[in-house]
Amino acid sequence: MAGGDDLKLLGAWPSPFVVRVKLALSFKGLSFENVEEDLGNKSELLVSSNPVQKKVPVLLHNGKPICESMVIVQYIDEAFAGTGPSLLSSDPHERAVARFWAAYVDDKLVTSWVQSFRGKTEEDKSEGTKQMFAALQTLEGALRECSKGEGYFGGESVGLVDVSLGGLLSWLNATEEMSGTKIFDPVKTPLLAAWAERLRELDGAKLAFPDKDRMVEFIQKRQAQAAAAAAAAASEK
Amino acid sequence: MGGQGDVTVLGTVVSPFALRVRMALYLKGVSYEYLEQNVFDKGELLVASNPVHKKVPVLIHGGKPVCESVAIVQYVDEFWTGAEFPSILPADPYDRAVARFWAAYVDDKLLFPAWIGILRAATEEERDEKLAATLAVVAPMEEAFAACSDGKAFFSGGDSVGYLDLALGCQLFWLEALRSMFGVKVIDAGRTPRLAAWADRFLETKAAKAVAPPPTAWRSTPVSCELSGLLPQLPNKYL
Repeated sequence: MAGGDDLKLLGAWPSPFVVRVKLALSFKGLSFENVEEDLGNKSELLVSSNPVQKKVPVLLHNGKPICESMVIVQYIDEAFAGTGPSLLSSDPHERAVARFWAAYVDDKLVTSWVQSFRGKTEEDKSEGTKQMFAALQTLEGALRECSKGEGYFGGESVGLVDVSLGGLLSWLNATEEMSGTKIFDPVKTPLLAAWAERLRELDGAKLAFPDKDRMVEFIQKRQAQAAAAAAAAASEK
Repeated sequence: MGGQGDVTVLGTVVSPFALRVRMALYLKGVSYEYLEQNVFDKGELLVASNPVHKKVPVLIHGGKPVCESVAIVQYVDEFWTGAEFPSILPADPYDRAVARFWAAYVDDKLLFPAWIGILRAATEEERDEKLAATLAVVAPMEEAFAACSDGKAFFSGGDSVGYLDLALGCQLFWLEALRSMFGVKVIDAGRTPRLAAWADRFLETKAAKAVAPPPTAWRSTPVSCELSGLLPQLPNKYL
């Protein structure tokens, strides 16, 4: 790593978008200072570094802020091109395919998964769940196409899409545990199920992923808060 | 390199994402076959080339499809690279990150309140509300322009257009249509003078003029047709 490279990550441990950045940094073998933000009381540094969105993750490289998880991930790959593995192929078509699927994860999978959690009605939520499973089915096909018989979306080693989807794994695994329903079902999506296992075993992933029990506890607390808020709103009417 | 001359673009004349791709190809001096699509009666080629979304734009190069305008524009930039081609994204990784950040911002935030909100508003009041939301989205871009342009004509920081110019610029045609339909000014010299001046300059560029939809594309059709023509082209997250 180049001397004098100061990397600071403003994040929140449960955020899948923050996990993405940690995965990228870890896979590239880059050390960084992890700053845990209290999202209910955002630091001045966060607000001044990301005035437009005021969100995590923000990566500060020698004091200069980069925002938006996938923008940060590509920045890490480009600014540290000589360090560790590349997250993108050098072939323009393969790069385009990776960017396509990374966009798909955000547009289809994240959106439907958020809906399954935060949908206003039970109907909304179950529609979200249905779309999430449909998106996973599509990603199964994407993994088959992109991996070319190897273990990752990036082929032999992790790439952009592995990072993009990998960020969500802890939430998805915690949800599996809580609901008792497999999300990465080895029958329906065998390649993805194997991929999830494989990714979790990587050193970089172990560094980046939140602890599963801690994740479950966090989600349960969030759901209880949401239920209490909904009950309070209903009783006010 | 095999198939270098064999470029096809599937688009619609008003889709900003297709316009973005066509402007990128124009900047690179790459000729292509343009195939106008009927989004209500999707052709075999579109469905075969973009089976996941069945949407425009699609770039087909040497028989291989590339989908999603953000992926396509970067593909065009990375394939047609070298001394003889202008760059779309800047060389410096930090500048690239800034351009990508704002382009993602435009794609995520501007489209929804502007197009869907203003176009679909049932009442004058609702339209005003959606316009206010759109203006709030546009406001930070005035500062972003000052920072990125570094005193030059475009977001690229130079005298010719780049990635972020294309990302926001491709939306200008529809913003102009909204102005002529409803009298709403989203990029207004009174509120965002630098951005307004940039918009005028952008629309005067050869790339913009090469792809600008003819006035007949929207002025002569009723709003309901335009609305129904627009919806199938929207990114999935808005549907």
